[in-house]
Amino acid sequence: MADLTDQIPERISINLVVNGVRRTLEVVPWTTLLDALRDRLELTGTKKGCDHGQCGACTVLIDGRRVNSCLTLAVMKDGAEITTIEGLAKDGTLHPLQQAFIDHDAFQCGYCTPGQICSAAGLLAEGRARDADEIRELMSGNLCRCGAYPNIVAAIEQAMSRS
Amino acid sequence: MNNFQYSRASDVADAIRLLAADPGAKLIAGGTNLIDLMKENVERPSRLIDISRLPLRDIEETADGGLRIGALVPNSDLAYHPLIEQRYPLLASAILAGASAQLRNMASVGGNLMQRTRCPYFYDTTTPCNKRSPGMGCSALDGLNRNHAILGTSESCIATSPSDMGVALAALGALVHIAGRTGDRTIALTDFHRLPGDKPHIDTNLGSGEIITAVELPPQGFARNYSYLKIRDRLSYAFALVSVAAALELEGNAVSEARLALGGVAHKPWRSLEAEAALRGQAATPDHFGRAADLLLQGATARSHNGFKIELARRAIMRTLMQATSATPQSQSHKKIA
Repeated sequence: MADLTDQIPERISINLVVNGVRRTLEVVPWTTLLDALRDRLELTGTKKGCDHGQCGACTVLIDGRRVNSCLTLAVMKDGAEITTIEGLAKDGTLHPLQQAFIDHDAFQCGYCTPGQICSAAGLLAEGRARDADEIRELMSGNLCRCGAYPNIVAAIEQAMSRS
Repeated sequence: MNNFQYSRASDVADAIRLLAADPGAKLIAGGTNLIDLMKENVERPSRLIDISRLPLRDIEETADGGLRIGALVPNSDLAYHPLIEQRYPLLASAILAGASAQLRNMASVGGNLMQRTRCPYFYDTTTPCNKRSPGMGCSALDGLNRNHAILGTSESCIATSPSDMGVALAALGALVHIAGRTGDRTIALTDFHRLPGDKPHIDTNLGSGEIITAVELPPQGFARNYSYLKIRDRLSYAFALVSVAAALELEGNAVSEARLALGGVAHKPWRSLEAEAALRGQAATPDHFGRAADLLLQGATARSHNGFKIELARRAIMRTLMQATSATPQSQSHKKIA
């Protein structure tokens, strides 16, 4: 068997500010941001659903914009600020979207919920949704196999009306 | 995903140098399609050249009154840019008809043009595919080809281009600016993508070692009479079965200028100058729209499962032209088709 040692690239050192905390880690280039968050930084709130950008469970905010972390290479985000579901609550108080999801029972199994809430946080920041139809359209990148959509839309409407 | 080397390009010239130095290298910007294809082992680059930090993110007015859009402008930033919303709403609408909010935040303009087909046989490395492995055959010809092309196909490939943005860009007469080892060049967007012919593994006319630097829009934006109608199996976040970009200039009820392009039906955005010429100088009526639809769909051929697309496309063209005429463009949020 050929010696592959010299074909394996060196790990690359990157800095990320994750939920306000500066983290330095060494990654191989093919590490996705999702895997770096879950397996290296032990932030397992961000979920791996399809791992192909089709379900939205891995949604996080990078420099305030919602993205699919499964289709993002960690090495490309050196220097970025990442916000995950673990970073939304402040000083022991839930983020208004987290509270709204509880108020409206906007989940069943809960697996898609961190991605739904991070995506909704991005949606609120974008300021493009004005009614339920627009919420539905602009949240279409987040699937819920339990079918909690009506309550998810209601929760986002509540958070939107109070923000 | 295969192991690969990673380089960050310092400028466009550096990206071109890095491409030349490693024939297995690929550029990466948003990565939304490339990383997915790497996870499926369809793409196996030896090196990724990260161009995401290059200064190609500006949207600037050109001397002739058009717009020059940097290749790295994210899809969402382009769709929501005030100049695009006001002057090229057809382009904004088409972009917002595609992908999801997250993907639009990541995906670049240049990457949108470089994305590959979503033909399931192209993705499935256990099945023959001439686009993935030239000469192996096409599994879609006699396979599940409901989503496949009806125009410009070959016996080698019936895959479709997945882009919505590209359909609007084709209708608007956009240009693609390219940099390479031998200098810069500009080609029409309609000449950028290729038909499959006997070389379906080559999607575009971008040369090896070349990089898209910008997309340019001509001054005419068709901001009043336009519509982008996308027909798909679910109402959002799905690729088109058929999509139509229509743009008209009207003088009273007479068409003085017309643009018409289809998505989801061919290996590239499908535009017919003949169909557009048939609309020019005519009244904006269903009769004339039908004639244009027939010309645009001339030569359409079906395989076993996609015959419905021909009539679907014809009706979608008619409807989109009516929406454009009445200045009631299809909403991408409120899904009722007016």
